[in-house]
Amino acid sequence: MSIGQTFLGLLESGPRHGYDLKKTYDDRFGHARPLHYGQVYATLSRLLKDGLVELDGVEPGEGPERKRYAVTSAGVSDVELWLASAEKPEPYLQNTLYTKVILALLTGRSAADLLDVQRAEHLRLMRELTRRKAGGDLADNLVCDHALFHLDADLRWLELTAARLDDLRRQVRA
Amino acid sequence: MTGQPLLEADGLHKAFGPTKALDGASIAIRAGEIVAIMGPSGSGKSTLLHCLAGIVRPDSGHVRYQGAEISALSDGERSALRRTQFGFVFQFGQLVPELTCLENIALPLRMEGVRRREAEARAAEWLDRLDLADVGRKRPGEVSGGQGQRVAVARALVTRPRAVFADEPTGALDSLNGERVMRLLTEAARETGAAVVLVTHEARVAGYSDREIVVRDGRTRDIAREMEGAL
Ligand SMILES: Nc1ncnc2c1ncn2[C@@H]1O[C@H](COP(=O)(O)OP(=O)(O)O)[C@@H](O)[C@H]1O
Ligand SMILES: [Mg+2]
Repeated sequence: MSIGQTFLGLLESGPRHGYDLKKTYDDRFGHARPLHYGQVYATLSRLLKDGLVELDGVEPGEGPERKRYAVTSAGVSDVELWLASAEKPEPYLQNTLYTKVILALLTGRSAADLLDVQRAEHLRLMRELTRRKAGGDLADNLVCDHALFHLDADLRWLELTAARLDDLRRQVRA
Repeated sequence: MTGQPLLEADGLHKAFGPTKALDGASIAIRAGEIVAIMGPSGSGKSTLLHCLAGIVRPDSGHVRYQGAEISALSDGERSALRRTQFGFVFQFGQLVPELTCLENIALPLRMEGVRRREAEARAAEWLDRLDLADVGRKRPGEVSGGQGQRVAVARALVTRPRAVFADEPTGALDSLNGERVMRLLTEAARETGAAVVLVTHEARVAGYSDREIVVRDGRTRDIAREMEGAL
């Protein structure tokens, strides 16, 4: 799950303080697991070092919470690339896919495209597993089927999400 | 894509009253390949299949089989094309209830004028091949759903078609029977060199294909190809 790219996406609507980023992230994506401040500032200093964000202003006083961050054009390209590329199909992808869909809707990008790209990636692996089943014994079949059913579950969630994108867009942008 | 596709649809539009079932759909099928047509319910998958197979005439756009425009054919020529070059597997309800399973499989050959003895001998080979030896003498109402679909697969392939059109062929089956039907259908198609146009909304069924085309709101997308192009 990429906190960095999620921050970049959130910064596209305007510069923010670290505290503000953490709060928005926790509200949208944190679910039961809010970020630690340590994670927030480690992520921001990495983004700063990589030139993906820049300081937009430092208010007088002490401590990192005085700094305001803005996304750079390299940062926008980075989040763009992340949203457009498929995730490697593996268990427990829900969090990453969920974050990508919400972030795409928040930043006015095509969430439907993202779902299409991910489906293609999943199907690529499902074909490979299906071929392996044809050449394998019953034990291979059981192992491959387990993986196939899990990938199928991801895809069903994707299809359902795709069918709900209009509702989701209204809620997210409200 | 190299060479001429076996079957090709280009810019298809089809409306049923106010409903735009197809709104600029395109697809190309090469000889012997298995292509899944995926997409949500109501997106236009079956309409696309029906246009490709010459069952439904699009309002506009082209459908070509081996380079020849299907819509330019007369009704008689189109039904001859379907009978001799194409095979069909639907979700259910395609077998003639009054005939035995063996007679059902032999039917497309009989319609081509093959004599009864020879037609039934060729049909019987398919019974063995699809693990249906016990059901030949039974009528469709007396066999299980999975057996019935395998009979339909045999009937679709008995004429050695160049293309098989399968519309949700496992839609009414449980996982195990669905898998058996898909495995037999795709193995038999590979052996006979038939292309398969497979309409399905299920990813596990699409796993048997070589590639997929996605239909949404009557429009087609070839995502895998777009992704390759982007690299
Ligand atoms: N014969 C018909 N008469 C009226 N509407 C139809 C007919 N066939 C399809 N449609 C409509 O066209 C759209 C696409 O249908 P279809 O191709 O069957 O979709 P899919 O197979 O993807 O579920 C749907 O809205 C459907 O209701
Ligand atoms: Mg349909």
